[in-house]
Amino acid sequence: MGDMGDVGGIDARFRLDWTGFSLDVDLHLPGRGVTALFGNSGSGKTTVLRCIAGLERAPQGRLSVHGEVWQDDAPRGRWLPPHQRPIGYVFQEASLFAHLSVLGNLRYGVKRMLVTQAQRVSLDQAIALLGIEPLLERKPDRLSGGERQRVGIARALAVSPRLLLMDEPLAALDVQRKQEILPYLERLHDALDIPVLYVSHAADEVARLADHIVALEDGKVRAAGPLKDVLSNIDLPIHLGEDAGVVLQAQVVARDAQWHLVRVAFPGGSLWVRDGGQPLGQTVRVRILARDVSLALAPVHGTSILNSLPATVDHVAADHHPALALVRLVVGDAAGSAALLARLSQRSATGLQLAPGQAVWVQIKAVAVVG
Amino acid sequence: MLTDSDLQALWLTLRLAGTVTLILLLLGTPIAWWLARTHSWWKGVVGAVVALPLVLPPSVLGFYLLLAMGPHGPVGQFTQALGMGTLPFSFGGLVIASVLYSMPFMVQPLQTAFEAVGERPLEVAATLRASPLDAFFTVAVPLALPGFLTASILTFAHTVGEFGVVLMIGGNLPGITRVASVQIYDHVEALEYTQAHRLSAVMLIFSFLVLLGLYAWRPHPKKGG
Repeated sequence: MGDMGDVGGIDARFRLDWTGFSLDVDLHLPGRGVTALFGNSGSGKTTVLRCIAGLERAPQGRLSVHGEVWQDDAPRGRWLPPHQRPIGYVFQEASLFAHLSVLGNLRYGVKRMLVTQAQRVSLDQAIALLGIEPLLERKPDRLSGGERQRVGIARALAVSPRLLLMDEPLAALDVQRKQEILPYLERLHDALDIPVLYVSHAADEVARLADHIVALEDGKVRAAGPLKDVLSNIDLPIHLGEDAGVVLQAQVVARDAQWHLVRVAFPGGSLWVRDGGQPLGQTVRVRILARDVSLALAPVHGTSILNSLPATVDHVAADHHPALALVRLVVGDAAGSAALLARLSQRSATGLQLAPGQAVWVQIKAVAVVG
Repeated sequence: MLTDSDLQALWLTLRLAGTVTLILLLLGTPIAWWLARTHSWWKGVVGAVVALPLVLPPSVLGFYLLLAMGPHGPVGQFTQALGMGTLPFSFGGLVIASVLYSMPFMVQPLQTAFEAVGERPLEVAATLRASPLDAFFTVAVPLALPGFLTASILTFAHTVGEFGVVLMIGGNLPGITRVASVQIYDHVEALEYTQAHRLSAVMLIFSFLVLLGLYAWRPHPKKGG
């Protein structure tokens, strides 16, 4: 598959009309990496996932995955029942089989795999990746919520899916459990070459995990594309609200041992961030929230702000509250550039007379390394 | 102690209840499964028909069955055409009548158990490559196992306790249709109170033990799985 790019992706068209909810989506999703289906409850994101799994059947639907038709409701159509689709599915509640042990749960799918199917993930590998070795003999009711969900993820992986579908796997967990599982999800992303569709309403999860994003609202696609493009596009009505911000792919290029900082470089600039022990050369993902970015017309001296970059105003737009403005900025030059978002008060934006093309200095109060 | 004819009646009772329970396990399970999962308009109709023996006097059910299975009834004509004679006053006829009469005691607990299992475990099974039939036997049945136990015990015990339908359909033929409840009736009619006492005591103890087992065994509600 490797260099086929999006040719091996997912093409889906689903239409549904239920009382109080309708879905009308036409999706072209990449065949690799993590694609987030992002939206509020009622946006249709879980329904899309269920349609792809075959758990729901949109009467006028078309679905092909990696060039293979799973649903086509044209005359002489085709419907692949869910148990014949090479998927893994992680439900919001782990939904482990209560009558089987953890190992029994894991083996349930493995026993039913087609002999001809390529073994992408072994059972042992799935167990190791999710760190559930000590739990194998236990019954599901002897597990914590976080442990249950790890078993649920391992169970979905152990069938060597060609496509992993995850329906808000962290939504039922508290913040602490969430932090317990997120590193495992990042490991999946790095260790396995299985495309993932990840349904979520949490911007922080999406910022951490996704490469691509499909934003859904009221059963329709509002925006779709690579994460950094979609997040930094302020004209798209994605309701991130307080969480508006960008995600940058950066590389650790220097370490300042005295102050426990590392410098991470991205196309267009570099930033000092807290030293998380990453080796030099490692790729990290940093998230900069719009509310942590402020603007000045000239370089500011005598400030506690560590990261200050020259930038060009690209666009000024209204934010979710009439007092606020959202400014899209570009840092860098022709050789490499990145977009940032800044949230200002409308009064400041007007006072600074911000206009596209204007040169400014951005001051970044906080940078989070998210993966 | 118990006379030979008492023992014969007891043995016949157990044989009848065992046969009926087995048949209803095979017949009631798909009906309960369908009732638990369908959204069809027919659900109400089928549910009501299954529940009818709960409220109908056994003699009414017995009367209609007698007509249907008799020489001029549709079932009777069919069995005669097959060269089997007619079913009333035979063990086979008794089994059929008891199956209908005990149906709700099998179907309703099973339906409740299947409904409690819910859709989700079956969806999980489907995403783990299990066909619907596979998922039924490896997920739905194990998860509904307590329901199967309850349903079987109730069906068995209820069949042991029936009287009216037996009298209408089975009559009182020793070794063929004379079950324990009818035998007791006979003893009382003949003023053999000692015999009636002994057999009644056996029935009382049996019924109590069955129900004790059922209620004492009932598992504790599980923490969320």
